[in-house]
Amino acid sequence: MTMATQTDVPLTGEVGRIIEALGADVLALEQCQARRGIARINPGRVVEVARRMFEFDGARLATATGLDVRDGIDVLYHWIVEPRPAGEDPTKAGVVVTLKALARRPDMTLDSIANVIPAANWIEREMHDLLGANFRGHPDMRRLVLDDSWPEGIHPLRKGFDQVLDRPPLPPNQSPPDVPQSQEKQQ
Amino acid sequence: MSHRTVVNIGPFHPLQEEAEFFQLYVEGETVVDVDVRISYNHRGIEKLDEFKTFDQVPFVVERVCGICSASHPLAYIQAVEEIAHVEVPERALYLRTIVNELERLHSHLLWVGLAGHFLGYNTVFMWAWKYREPIMELLEVATGSRVNYANCKVGGVRRDMTDDQLRQIETDCTELVGPLEMLTKAVLDDPVLHARLKNVGVLTAEDARAYGALGPTARGSGVPIDVRSDDPYAAYDRVDWKLITTDGGDVFGKAVVRLLECFEAVKIIRQCVAHLLKNPGGEIDANVEAIPPGEGVGHVEAPRGETFHYVRSDGSNRPVRHKVRAPSFNNIPTFKASCIGLQIPDVAITLASVDPCYSCTERMCRAVDAQTRKPLYDFAELVRLSQLKTERMKKQW
Repeated sequence: MTMATQTDVPLTGEVGRIIEALGADVLALEQCQARRGIARINPGRVVEVARRMFEFDGARLATATGLDVRDGIDVLYHWIVEPRPAGEDPTKAGVVVTLKALARRPDMTLDSIANVIPAANWIEREMHDLLGANFRGHPDMRRLVLDDSWPEGIHPLRKGFDQVLDRPPLPPNQSPPDVPQSQEKQQ
Repeated sequence: MSHRTVVNIGPFHPLQEEAEFFQLYVEGETVVDVDVRISYNHRGIEKLDEFKTFDQVPFVVERVCGICSASHPLAYIQAVEEIAHVEVPERALYLRTIVNELERLHSHLLWVGLAGHFLGYNTVFMWAWKYREPIMELLEVATGSRVNYANCKVGGVRRDMTDDQLRQIETDCTELVGPLEMLTKAVLDDPVLHARLKNVGVLTAEDARAYGALGPTARGSGVPIDVRSDDPYAAYDRVDWKLITTDGGDVFGKAVVRLLECFEAVKIIRQCVAHLLKNPGGEIDANVEAIPPGEGVGHVEAPRGETFHYVRSDGSNRPVRHKVRAPSFNNIPTFKASCIGLQIPDVAITLASVDPCYSCTERMCRAVDAQTRKPLYDFAELVRLSQLKTERMKKQW
Protein backbone atom coordinates (compact mmCIF):
# COMPACT_ATOMS: atom_id res chain seq x y z
CA MET A 1 0.00 0.00 0.00
CA THR A 2 1.29 3.44 -0.85
CA MET A 3 2.02 5.81 1.96
CA ALA A 4 -0.40 8.58 1.14
CA THR A 5 0.75 10.53 4.15
CA GLN A 6 -0.47 14.08 4.39
CA THR A 7 2.60 15.46 6.06
CA ASP A 8 1.06 18.91 6.45
CA VAL A 9 -1.15 17.67 9.29
CA PRO A 10 0.82 18.16 12.50
CA LEU A 11 0.46 15.79 15.45
CA THR A 12 -0.74 18.01 18.26
CA GLY A 13 -2.49 17.82 21.59
CA GLU A 14 -4.26 14.83 23.08
CA VAL A 15 -5.24 13.43 19.67
CA GLY A 16 -1.62 13.64 18.50
CA ARG A 17 -0.42 11.86 21.63
CA ILE A 18 -2.85 8.98 21.08
CA ILE A 19 -2.09 8.55 17.38
CA GLU A 20 1.64 8.82 18.00
CA ALA A 21 1.44 5.99 20.52
CA LEU A 22 0.16 3.66 17.78
CA GLY A 23 3.55 3.99 16.11
CA ALA A 24 4.23 2.36 12.76
CA ASP A 25 0.71 0.93 12.46
CA VAL A 26 -0.50 4.37 11.43
CA LEU A 27 -0.11 4.70 7.66
CA ALA A 28 -1.45 8.23 7.23
CA LEU A 29 -2.79 11.03 9.35
CA GLU A 30 -5.82 12.67 7.79
CA GLN A 31 -7.11 14.99 10.49
CA CYS A 32 -5.72 16.19 13.80
CA GLN A 33 -7.77 18.84 15.59
CA ALA A 34 -8.31 19.69 19.22
CA ARG A 35 -10.90 17.01 19.83
CA ARG A 36 -11.07 15.00 16.60
CA GLY A 37 -8.57 12.86 14.80
CA ILE A 38 -8.70 10.62 11.75
CA ALA A 39 -5.88 8.25 10.81
CA ARG A 40 -5.49 5.36 8.43
CA ILE A 41 -4.05 2.24 9.98
CA ASN A 42 -2.46 -0.93 8.63
CA PRO A 43 -5.39 -3.27 7.85
CA GLY A 44 -3.32 -6.30 8.84
CA ARG A 45 -2.85 -4.98 12.37
CA VAL A 46 -6.39 -4.00 13.46
CA VAL A 47 -6.41 -6.35 16.45
CA GLU A 48 -3.10 -5.06 17.82
CA VAL A 49 -4.23 -1.47 17.30
CA ALA A 50 -7.55 -2.15 19.02
CA ARG A 51 -5.79 -3.77 21.95
CA ARG A 52 -3.46 -0.80 22.31
CA MET A 53 -6.31 1.73 22.01
CA PHE A 54 -8.29 -0.09 24.69
CA GLU A 55 -5.34 0.22 27.08
CA PHE A 56 -5.68 4.01 27.10
CA ASP A 57 -7.27 5.23 30.29
CA GLY A 58 -10.92 6.03 29.62
CA ALA A 59 -10.93 4.65 26.07
CA ARG A 60 -13.99 2.94 24.68
CA LEU A 61 -15.15 1.84 21.27
CA ALA A 62 -18.13 4.01 20.34
CA THR A 63 -18.93 2.10 17.19
CA ALA A 64 -17.60 1.37 13.72
CA THR A 65 -18.79 2.57 10.34
CA GLY A 66 -18.52 0.65 7.10
CA LEU A 67 -18.04 2.68 3.93
CA ASP A 68 -18.46 1.27 0.45
CA VAL A 69 -15.46 2.70 -1.44
CA ARG A 70 -13.81 1.89 -4.76
CA ASP A 71 -11.21 -0.53 -3.41
CA GLY A 72 -13.42 -2.37 -0.96
CA ILE A 73 -15.02 -1.61 2.38
CA ASP A 74 -13.44 1.07 4.50
CA VAL A 75 -13.99 0.18 8.17
CA LEU A 76 -13.86 3.18 10.50
CA TYR A 77 -13.34 2.39 14.17
CA HIS A 78 -14.58 5.31 16.25
CA TRP A 79 -12.72 5.44 19.55
CA ILE A 80 -13.57 7.84 22.33
CA VAL A 81 -10.95 8.62 24.91
CA GLU A 82 -12.40 10.40 27.90
CA PRO A 83 -10.60 12.38 30.56
CA ARG A 84 -10.20 10.68 33.93
CA PRO A 85 -11.53 11.70 36.35
CA ALA A 86 -14.38 12.98 34.25
CA GLY A 87 -15.19 16.63 34.07
CA GLU A 88 -12.70 17.87 36.66
CA ASP A 89 -10.27 19.63 34.38
CA PRO A 90 -12.20 21.51 31.69
CA THR A 91 -9.11 21.80 29.47
CA LYS A 92 -8.93 18.02 29.22
CA ALA A 93 -11.96 17.27 27.09
CA GLY A 94 -12.75 13.88 25.59
CA VAL A 95 -11.52 13.21 22.08
CA VAL A 96 -12.90 11.11 19.22
CA VAL A 97 -10.25 9.26 17.22
CA THR A 98 -11.38 7.52 14.04
CA LEU A 99 -9.09 4.79 12.77
CA LYS A 100 -9.66 3.64 9.19
CA ALA A 101 -8.74 0.23 7.87
CA LEU A 102 -9.45 -0.78 4.31
CA ALA A 103 -10.82 -4.27 3.66
CA ARG A 104 -9.70 -4.71 0.05
CA ARG A 105 -11.64 -6.36 -2.73
CA PRO A 106 -12.17 -9.12 -3.65
CA ASP A 107 -12.34 -10.89 -0.28
CA MET A 108 -12.87 -7.70 1.81
CA THR A 109 -11.66 -9.30 5.00
CA LEU A 110 -10.25 -7.85 8.21
CA ASP A 111 -9.41 -9.58 11.46
CA SER A 112 -12.25 -9.41 13.96
CA ILE A 113 -11.62 -7.31 17.04
CA ALA A 114 -14.69 -8.71 18.82
CA ASN A 115 -12.56 -11.21 20.75
CA VAL A 116 -10.58 -8.32 22.23
CA ILE A 117 -13.44 -5.83 22.59
CA PRO A 118 -16.91 -7.34 23.07
CA ALA A 119 -18.44 -3.98 22.10
CA ALA A 120 -17.39 -4.69 18.49
CA ASN A 121 -19.39 -7.90 18.28
CA TRP A 122 -22.70 -6.52 17.04
CA ILE A 123 -21.30 -3.81 14.83
CA GLU A 124 -19.11 -6.30 12.93
CA ARG A 125 -22.16 -8.49 12.39
CA GLU A 126 -24.05 -5.44 11.15
CA MET A 127 -21.29 -4.48 8.70
CA HIS A 128 -21.18 -8.07 7.47
CA ASP A 129 -24.95 -8.04 6.83
CA LEU A 130 -25.34 -4.62 5.28
CA LEU A 131 -22.04 -4.19 3.41
CA GLY A 132 -20.57 -7.65 3.00
CA ALA A 133 -17.33 -7.03 4.87
CA ASN A 134 -15.86 -10.18 6.39
CA PHE A 135 -14.31 -10.46 9.82
CA ARG A 136 -11.86 -13.31 10.34
CA GLY A 137 -12.22 -15.07 13.67
CA HIS A 138 -15.50 -13.44 14.75
CA PRO A 139 -16.99 -15.51 17.58
CA ASP A 140 -20.59 -15.44 16.39
CA MET A 141 -21.15 -14.36 12.79
CA ARG A 142 -24.89 -14.96 12.54
CA ARG A 143 -27.28 -12.54 10.91
CA LEU A 144 -28.10 -9.54 13.05
CA VAL A 145 -29.89 -7.01 10.86
CA LEU A 146 -31.10 -8.90 7.81
CA ASP A 147 -33.86 -11.47 7.93
CA ASP A 148 -32.83 -15.13 7.71
CA SER A 149 -34.73 -15.43 4.43
CA TRP A 150 -32.70 -12.64 2.78
CA PRO A 151 -30.57 -14.08 -0.08
CA GLU A 152 -26.83 -14.51 0.44
CA GLY A 153 -24.52 -12.01 -1.20
CA ILE A 154 -26.95 -9.08 -1.44
CA HIS A 155 -25.92 -6.19 0.76
CA PRO A 156 -28.42 -3.34 0.90
CA LEU A 157 -26.07 -0.60 2.11
CA ARG A 158 -23.71 -1.00 -0.86
CA LYS A 159 -23.76 1.90 -3.28
CA GLY A 160 -24.88 -0.40 -6.11
CA PHE A 161 -28.05 -1.43 -4.29
CA ASP A 162 -30.98 0.74 -5.31
CA GLN A 163 -33.60 1.06 -2.61
CA VAL A 164 -36.42 1.39 -5.14
CA LEU A 165 -35.40 -0.87 -8.03
CA ASP A 166 -33.75 -3.60 -5.98
CA ARG A 167 -36.78 -4.47 -3.91
CA PRO A 168 -35.94 -6.70 -0.97
CA PRO A 169 -37.31 -10.24 -1.37
CA LEU A 170 -40.50 -11.07 0.49
CA PRO A 171 -40.39 -13.46 3.43
CA PRO A 172 -41.31 -17.00 2.32
CA ASN A 173 -44.72 -16.92 4.02
CA GLN A 174 -45.89 -13.74 2.28
CA SER A 175 -47.31 -13.23 -1.19
CA PRO A 176 -46.79 -9.98 -3.09
CA PRO A 177 -49.44 -7.31 -2.45
CA ASP A 178 -52.28 -7.09 -4.95
CA VAL A 179 -51.50 -4.44 -7.53
CA PRO A 180 -54.64 -2.95 -9.10
CA GLN A 181 -54.95 -3.72 -12.82
CA SER A 182 -55.02 -0.11 -13.98
CA GLN A 183 -51.81 0.74 -12.12
CA GLU A 184 -50.03 -2.24 -13.56
CA LYS A 185 -50.92 -1.17 -17.10
CA GLN A 186 -49.58 2.32 -16.51
CA GLN A 187 -46.26 0.88 -15.44
CA MET B 1 -25.41 -31.09 35.33
CA SER B 2 -29.07 -30.30 35.36
CA HIS B 3 -31.30 -30.20 32.34
CA ARG B 4 -30.99 -27.12 30.15
CA THR B 5 -34.11 -25.54 28.60
CA VAL B 6 -34.69 -22.56 26.34
CA VAL B 7 -37.28 -20.00 27.34
CA ASN B 8 -38.31 -17.72 24.49
CA ILE B 9 -39.41 -14.16 25.20
CA GLY B 10 -40.59 -12.50 22.00
CA PRO B 11 -40.46 -11.59 19.17
CA PHE B 12 -43.73 -10.05 20.35
CA HIS B 13 -42.53 -9.02 23.75
CA PRO B 14 -45.17 -9.41 26.46
CA LEU B 15 -44.14 -6.23 28.28
CA GLN B 16 -42.28 -3.92 25.98
CA GLU B 17 -44.28 -2.86 23.00
CA GLU B 18 -41.63 -3.53 20.41
CA ALA B 19 -40.36 -6.55 18.56
CA GLU B 20 -37.31 -8.11 20.18
CA PHE B 21 -36.42 -11.72 20.83
CA PHE B 22 -34.69 -12.96 23.93
CA GLN B 23 -33.78 -16.60 24.33
CA LEU B 24 -32.98 -17.49 27.90
CA TYR B 25 -31.07 -20.72 28.41
CA VAL B 26 -32.13 -21.90 31.85
CA GLU B 27 -31.20 -24.69 34.20
CA GLY B 28 -34.10 -24.97 36.58
CA GLU B 29 -35.01 -21.34 37.29
CA THR B 30 -31.49 -20.02 36.82
CA VAL B 31 -30.48 -18.30 33.60
CA VAL B 32 -27.16 -19.62 32.28
CA ASP B 33 -27.01 -17.86 28.93
CA VAL B 34 -28.89 -15.20 26.98
CA ASP B 35 -29.21 -14.73 23.26
CA VAL B 36 -30.75 -11.57 21.79
CA ARG B 37 -32.13 -11.10 18.32
CA ILE B 38 -33.16 -7.63 17.23
CA SER B 39 -33.84 -5.76 14.02
CA TYR B 40 -37.38 -6.92 13.37
CA ASN B 41 -38.22 -3.34 12.49
CA HIS B 42 -35.12 -2.29 10.58
CA ARG B 43 -36.16 0.64 8.40
CA GLY B 44 -32.98 1.34 6.48
CA ILE B 45 -32.71 4.95 7.62
CA GLU B 46 -28.96 5.10 6.88
CA LYS B 47 -29.65 4.16 3.27
CA LEU B 48 -32.60 6.53 3.07
CA ASP B 49 -30.45 9.45 4.26
CA GLU B 50 -28.12 9.05 1.29
CA PHE B 51 -31.06 10.15 -0.88
CA LYS B 52 -32.02 13.20 1.22
CA THR B 53 -30.41 16.61 1.27
CA PHE B 54 -28.45 17.75 4.31
CA ASP B 55 -31.42 19.81 5.49
CA GLN B 56 -33.96 17.02 5.02
CA VAL B 57 -32.02 14.44 7.01
CA PRO B 58 -32.85 15.89 10.48
CA PHE B 59 -36.53 15.22 9.87
CA VAL B 60 -35.72 11.61 9.02
CA VAL B 61 -33.33 10.97 11.89
CA GLU B 62 -35.62 12.38 14.54
CA ARG B 63 -37.87 9.47 13.62
CA VAL B 64 -35.12 7.00 14.48
CA CYS B 65 -36.56 7.06 17.97
CA GLY B 66 -39.83 8.44 19.25
CA ILE B 67 -38.31 9.48 22.54
CA CYS B 68 -34.76 10.56 21.70
CA SER B 69 -36.13 12.71 18.90
CA ALA B 70 -34.10 15.75 19.96
CA SER B 71 -30.82 13.90 20.48
CA HIS B 72 -30.53 12.13 17.13
CA PRO B 73 -30.94 15.23 14.95
CA LEU B 74 -28.60 17.19 17.21
CA ALA B 75 -25.87 14.55 16.88
CA TYR B 76 -26.29 14.54 13.11
CA ILE B 77 -26.30 18.33 12.95
CA GLN B 78 -23.16 18.57 15.05
CA ALA B 79 -21.44 16.17 12.65
CA VAL B 80 -22.46 18.33 9.69
CA GLU B 81 -21.48 21.53 11.50
CA GLU B 82 -18.08 19.97 12.14
CA ILE B 83 -17.62 19.41 8.40
CA ALA B 84 -18.73 22.95 7.52
CA HIS B 85 -16.99 24.64 10.51
CA VAL B 86 -20.17 26.44 11.52
CA GLU B 87 -20.17 28.85 14.44
CA VAL B 88 -23.57 28.40 16.07
CA PRO B 89 -25.09 31.51 17.74
CA GLU B 90 -25.11 31.40 21.52
CA ARG B 91 -28.87 31.74 21.84
CA ALA B 92 -29.37 28.68 19.65
CA LEU B 93 -27.02 26.66 21.86
CA TYR B 94 -29.12 27.49 24.93
CA LEU B 95 -32.37 26.68 23.11
CA ARG B 96 -30.94 23.32 22.04
CA THR B 97 -29.98 22.59 25.64
CA ILE B 98 -33.48 23.36 26.93
CA VAL B 99 -35.19 21.01 24.46
CA ASN B 100 -32.65 18.25 25.10
CA GLU B 101 -33.06 18.46 28.85
CA LEU B 102 -36.86 18.53 28.63
CA GLU B 103 -36.51 15.38 26.56
CA ARG B 104 -34.34 13.79 29.24
CA LEU B 105 -36.90 14.70 31.92
CA HIS B 106 -39.81 13.13 30.09
CA SER B 107 -37.81 10.07 29.07
CA HIS B 108 -36.56 9.32 32.57
CA LEU B 109 -40.04 9.75 34.00
CA LEU B 110 -41.34 7.42 31.30
CA TRP B 111 -38.77 4.79 32.30
CA VAL B 112 -39.50 5.11 36.03
CA GLY B 113 -43.17 4.59 35.27
CA LEU B 114 -42.55 1.63 33.02
CA ALA B 115 -40.15 0.04 35.50
CA GLY B 116 -42.85 0.29 38.15
CA HIS B 117 -45.31 -1.23 35.71
CA PHE B 118 -42.96 -4.14 34.94
CA LEU B 119 -42.69 -4.88 38.64
CA GLY B 120 -46.45 -4.85 39.04
CA TYR B 121 -46.21 -1.53 40.86
CA ASN B 122 -48.74 0.43 38.90
CA THR B 123 -48.95 3.30 41.38
CA VAL B 124 -45.45 4.35 40.39
CA PHE B 125 -46.51 4.12 36.76
CA MET B 126 -49.51 6.38 37.31
CA TRP B 127 -47.58 8.99 39.30
CA ALA B 128 -44.57 9.12 37.02
CA TRP B 129 -46.67 9.47 33.89
CA LYS B 130 -48.85 12.09 35.52
CA TYR B 131 -45.81 14.29 36.15
CA ARG B 132 -44.44 13.54 32.70
CA GLU B 133 -47.49 15.06 31.03
CA PRO B 134 -46.73 18.76 31.80
CA ILE B 135 -43.28 18.24 30.25
CA MET B 136 -44.83 16.88 27.08
CA GLU B 137 -47.11 19.92 26.95
CA LEU B 138 -44.19 22.27 27.44
CA LEU B 139 -42.49 20.62 24.47
CA GLU B 140 -45.66 20.87 22.42
CA VAL B 141 -46.07 24.58 23.04
CA ALA B 142 -42.38 25.42 22.66
CA THR B 143 -41.70 23.35 19.55
CA GLY B 144 -45.12 22.51 18.14
CA SER B 145 -45.08 18.80 18.81
CA ARG B 146 -45.05 16.36 21.71
CA VAL B 147 -42.58 14.16 19.85
CA ASN B 148 -40.45 14.81 16.75
CA TYR B 149 -39.77 18.41 17.69
CA ALA B 150 -38.06 19.46 14.44
CA ASN B 151 -36.24 21.98 16.58
CA CYS B 152 -32.67 21.86 15.34
CA LYS B 153 -31.28 22.73 11.96
CA VAL B 154 -27.80 22.94 10.54
CA GLY B 155 -26.49 26.24 11.90
CA GLY B 156 -28.89 26.78 14.77
CA VAL B 157 -32.50 26.16 15.67
CA ARG B 158 -35.68 26.60 13.66
CA ARG B 159 -37.80 28.35 16.25
CA ASP B 160 -37.10 30.87 18.93
CA MET B 161 -38.96 30.75 22.24
CA THR B 162 -40.85 33.78 23.49
CA ASP B 163 -40.29 35.15 26.99
CA ASP B 164 -43.73 33.89 28.00
CA GLN B 165 -42.86 30.39 26.90
CA LEU B 166 -39.54 30.53 28.72
CA ARG B 167 -41.26 31.70 31.90
CA GLN B 168 -43.81 28.89 31.60
CA ILE B 169 -40.98 26.35 31.19
CA GLU B 170 -39.33 27.78 34.31
CA THR B 171 -42.58 27.62 36.33
CA ASP B 172 -43.54 24.11 35.25
CA CYS B 173 -40.06 22.71 35.81
CA THR B 174 -39.86 24.29 39.25
CA GLU B 175 -43.26 22.86 40.11
CA LEU B 176 -41.94 19.44 39.11
CA VAL B 177 -39.26 19.44 41.82
CA GLY B 178 -41.70 18.74 44.68
CA PRO B 179 -43.37 15.74 43.01
CA LEU B 180 -39.96 14.47 41.87
CA GLU B 181 -38.71 14.53 45.46
CA MET B 182 -41.82 12.70 46.55
CA LEU B 183 -41.40 10.11 43.80
CA THR B 184 -37.70 9.66 44.50
CA LYS B 185 -38.34 9.19 48.21
CA ALA B 186 -41.22 6.82 47.56
CA VAL B 187 -39.12 4.70 45.23
CA LEU B 188 -35.87 4.80 47.16
CA ASP B 189 -37.37 4.13 50.60
CA ASP B 190 -39.69 1.38 49.51
CA PRO B 191 -38.67 -1.94 51.12
CA VAL B 192 -40.38 -3.92 48.35
CA LEU B 193 -38.43 -2.15 45.62
CA HIS B 194 -35.22 -2.59 47.61
CA ALA B 195 -35.85 -6.31 47.87
CA ARG B 196 -36.76 -6.51 44.21
CA LEU B 197 -34.01 -4.36 42.66
CA LYS B 198 -30.95 -4.36 44.92
CA ASN B 199 -28.16 -6.65 43.72
CA VAL B 200 -30.27 -7.74 40.77
CA GLY B 201 -28.77 -7.70 37.29
CA VAL B 202 -25.37 -6.46 38.35
CA LEU B 203 -23.18 -5.06 35.60
CA THR B 204 -19.61 -4.60 36.82
CA ALA B 205 -17.60 -1.56 35.81
CA GLU B 206 -15.19 -3.77 33.80
CA ASP B 207 -18.05 -5.35 31.86
CA ALA B 208 -19.64 -1.95 31.28
CA ARG B 209 -16.40 -0.76 29.71
CA ALA B 210 -15.79 -3.90 27.65
CA TYR B 211 -19.31 -3.93 26.20
CA GLY B 212 -19.20 -0.19 25.65
CA ALA B 213 -22.21 0.43 27.90
CA LEU B 214 -23.52 4.00 27.80
CA GLY B 215 -25.60 6.48 29.71
CA PRO B 216 -27.38 5.50 32.92
CA THR B 217 -26.48 1.85 32.27
CA ALA B 218 -22.77 2.70 32.60
CA ARG B 219 -23.20 5.42 35.23
CA GLY B 220 -25.16 2.99 37.41
CA SER B 221 -22.01 0.85 37.42
CA GLY B 222 -19.85 3.74 38.55
CA VAL B 223 -18.40 4.49 35.10
CA PRO B 224 -18.56 8.28 34.67
CA ILE B 225 -19.37 8.41 30.95
CA ASP B 226 -21.36 11.45 29.93
CA VAL B 227 -20.83 13.29 26.66
CA ARG B 228 -22.23 16.46 28.23
CA SER B 229 -19.15 16.72 30.45
CA ASP B 230 -16.58 14.72 28.45
CA ASP B 231 -17.05 16.51 25.15
CA PRO B 232 -19.36 19.44 25.91
CA TYR B 233 -21.76 20.54 23.21
CA ALA B 234 -24.68 23.02 23.10
CA ALA B 235 -24.52 25.09 26.31
CA TYR B 236 -23.53 22.33 28.74
CA ASP B 237 -20.15 23.89 29.46
CA ARG B 238 -21.80 27.20 30.32
CA VAL B 239 -24.14 25.89 33.01
CA ASP B 240 -23.48 24.32 36.37
CA TRP B 241 -24.54 20.71 36.85
CA LYS B 242 -23.32 17.49 38.37
CA LEU B 243 -22.54 14.13 36.80
CA ILE B 244 -24.53 11.44 38.60
CA THR B 245 -23.00 8.01 39.16
CA THR B 246 -23.78 5.21 41.58
CA ASP B 247 -21.82 2.13 42.48
CA GLY B 248 -23.20 -1.33 42.46
CA GLY B 249 -24.33 -1.66 38.87
CA ASP B 250 -27.64 -3.23 39.85
CA VAL B 251 -31.08 -2.23 38.60
CA PHE B 252 -31.58 -0.11 41.70
CA GLY B 253 -28.47 1.91 40.89
CA LYS B 254 -29.74 2.60 37.37
CA ALA B 255 -33.06 3.78 38.80
CA VAL B 256 -31.25 6.10 41.24
CA VAL B 257 -29.15 7.59 38.44
CA ARG B 258 -32.23 8.33 36.35
CA LEU B 259 -34.18 9.87 39.22
CA LEU B 260 -31.31 12.08 40.35
CA GLU B 261 -30.61 13.14 36.77
CA CYS B 262 -34.12 14.58 36.62
CA PHE B 263 -33.13 17.12 39.29
CA GLU B 264 -29.99 18.00 37.35
CA ALA B 265 -32.10 18.45 34.21
CA VAL B 266 -34.37 20.90 36.04
CA LYS B 267 -31.28 22.74 37.28
CA ILE B 268 -29.86 23.00 33.75
CA ILE B 269 -33.16 24.15 32.25
CA ARG B 270 -33.59 26.88 34.89
CA GLN B 271 -30.10 28.24 34.28
CA CYS B 272 -30.67 28.27 30.51
CA VAL B 273 -34.02 30.03 30.90
CA ALA B 274 -32.48 32.61 33.23
CA HIS B 275 -29.72 33.29 30.71
CA LEU B 276 -32.15 33.67 27.81
CA LEU B 277 -34.45 36.00 29.77
CA LYS B 278 -31.46 38.14 30.74
CA ASN B 279 -30.16 38.29 27.15
CA PRO B 280 -33.24 38.68 24.95
CA GLY B 281 -33.07 38.71 21.17
CA GLY B 282 -30.15 37.74 19.06
CA GLU B 283 -29.52 35.43 16.16
CA ILE B 284 -30.72 31.84 16.40
CA ASP B 285 -29.41 30.62 13.09
CA ALA B 286 -26.04 30.91 11.36
CA ASN B 287 -26.07 31.20 7.62
CA VAL B 288 -24.77 27.95 6.13
CA GLU B 289 -24.36 28.08 2.39
CA ALA B 290 -22.88 24.76 1.38
CA ILE B 291 -21.41 21.71 3.05
CA PRO B 292 -17.83 21.20 1.84
CA PRO B 293 -16.36 17.72 1.31
CA GLY B 294 -15.18 16.12 4.51
CA GLU B 295 -16.18 13.88 7.34
CA GLY B 296 -17.39 14.60 10.82
CA VAL B 297 -18.66 12.89 13.92
CA GLY B 298 -21.25 14.14 16.35
CA HIS B 299 -22.26 12.62 19.63
CA VAL B 300 -24.92 13.66 22.08
CA GLU B 301 -25.93 12.35 25.47
CA ALA B 302 -29.46 11.07 24.85
CA PRO B 303 -31.52 9.94 27.85
CA ARG B 304 -30.38 6.33 27.28
CA GLY B 305 -26.73 7.13 26.61
CA GLU B 306 -24.52 8.49 23.91
CA THR B 307 -25.94 8.55 20.41
CA PHE B 308 -23.17 8.60 17.84
CA HIS B 309 -23.43 9.89 14.27
CA TYR B 310 -20.86 9.89 11.49
CA VAL B 311 -21.44 11.93 8.33
CA ARG B 312 -19.34 12.02 5.18
CA SER B 313 -19.86 14.70 2.56
CA ASP B 314 -18.48 14.86 -0.97
CA GLY B 315 -19.42 18.51 -1.48
CA SER B 316 -22.81 17.83 -3.05
CA ASN B 317 -26.06 18.56 -1.26
CA ARG B 318 -26.45 15.05 0.12
CA PRO B 319 -24.44 12.98 2.59
CA VAL B 320 -22.49 10.13 0.99
CA ARG B 321 -22.73 8.14 4.18
CA HIS B 322 -24.55 8.71 7.43
CA LYS B 323 -24.00 6.24 10.23
CA VAL B 324 -26.38 6.20 13.19
CA ARG B 325 -25.55 4.36 16.37
CA ALA B 326 -28.26 4.50 19.02
CA PRO B 327 -27.29 3.86 22.66
CA SER B 328 -29.35 0.67 22.95
CA PHE B 329 -27.15 -0.95 20.30
CA ASN B 330 -24.34 -0.98 22.87
CA ASN B 331 -26.50 -1.43 25.94
CA ILE B 332 -28.49 -4.49 24.88
CA PRO B 333 -25.43 -6.79 24.56
CA THR B 334 -24.63 -6.11 28.24
CA PHE B 335 -27.40 -8.58 29.08
CA LYS B 336 -24.82 -11.27 28.35
CA ALA B 337 -22.95 -10.00 31.38
CA SER B 338 -25.78 -8.90 33.66
CA CYS B 339 -28.45 -11.60 33.26
CA ILE B 340 -26.37 -14.74 33.79
CA GLY B 341 -27.10 -16.37 37.11
CA LEU B 342 -30.39 -14.58 37.68
CA GLN B 343 -33.77 -16.13 38.29
CA ILE B 344 -36.28 -15.80 35.44
CA PRO B 345 -38.52 -13.23 37.22
CA ASP B 346 -35.52 -10.96 37.82
CA VAL B 347 -34.55 -11.08 34.17
CA ALA B 348 -37.68 -9.21 33.12
CA ILE B 349 -36.72 -6.07 35.03
CA THR B 350 -33.02 -6.42 34.16
CA LEU B 351 -33.93 -6.47 30.49
CA ALA B 352 -35.97 -3.34 31.08
CA SER B 353 -33.30 -1.65 33.20
CA VAL B 354 -31.24 -0.37 30.27
CA ASP B 355 -34.41 1.21 28.90
CA PRO B 356 -34.05 -0.54 25.56
CA CYS B 357 -35.43 1.53 22.76
CA TYR B 358 -36.38 0.04 19.44
CA SER B 359 -38.54 2.15 17.30
CA CYS B 360 -42.19 2.44 18.04
CA THR B 361 -42.98 5.29 15.73
CA GLU B 362 -43.75 3.48 12.53
CA ARG B 363 -47.25 2.29 13.23
CA MET B 364 -50.62 3.95 13.38
CA CYS B 365 -54.05 2.96 14.63
CA ARG B 366 -57.36 3.50 12.91
CA ALA B 367 -60.55 4.00 14.84
CA VAL B 368 -63.44 2.49 12.86
CA ASP B 369 -67.15 2.79 13.60
CA ALA B 370 -68.26 -0.69 14.65
CA GLN B 371 -71.59 -0.51 12.80
CA THR B 372 -70.86 1.29 9.58
CA ARG B 373 -67.15 0.25 9.29
CA LYS B 374 -66.39 3.85 8.37
CA PRO B 375 -63.13 5.29 9.68
CA LEU B 376 -63.80 7.89 12.37
CA TYR B 377 -60.56 9.77 11.81
CA ASP B 378 -58.21 9.85 8.89
CA PHE B 379 -54.63 11.10 8.98
CA ALA B 380 -55.46 14.63 7.79
CA GLU B 381 -58.17 14.92 10.42
CA LEU B 382 -55.77 13.80 13.17
CA VAL B 383 -53.22 16.39 12.05
CA ARG B 384 -55.91 19.09 12.05
CA LEU B 385 -57.10 18.12 15.54
CA SER B 386 -53.58 18.10 16.91
CA GLN B 387 -52.88 21.54 15.44
CA LEU B 388 -56.10 22.83 16.99
CA LYS B 389 -55.03 21.46 20.36
CA THR B 390 -51.62 23.13 20.16
CA GLU B 391 -53.27 26.44 19.26
CA ARG B 392 -55.66 26.10 22.18
CA MET B 393 -52.80 25.37 24.59
CA LYS B 394 -50.86 28.37 23.36
CA LYS B 395 -53.85 30.66 23.93
CA GLN B 396 -54.28 29.44 27.50
CA TRP B 397 -50.82 30.71 28.43
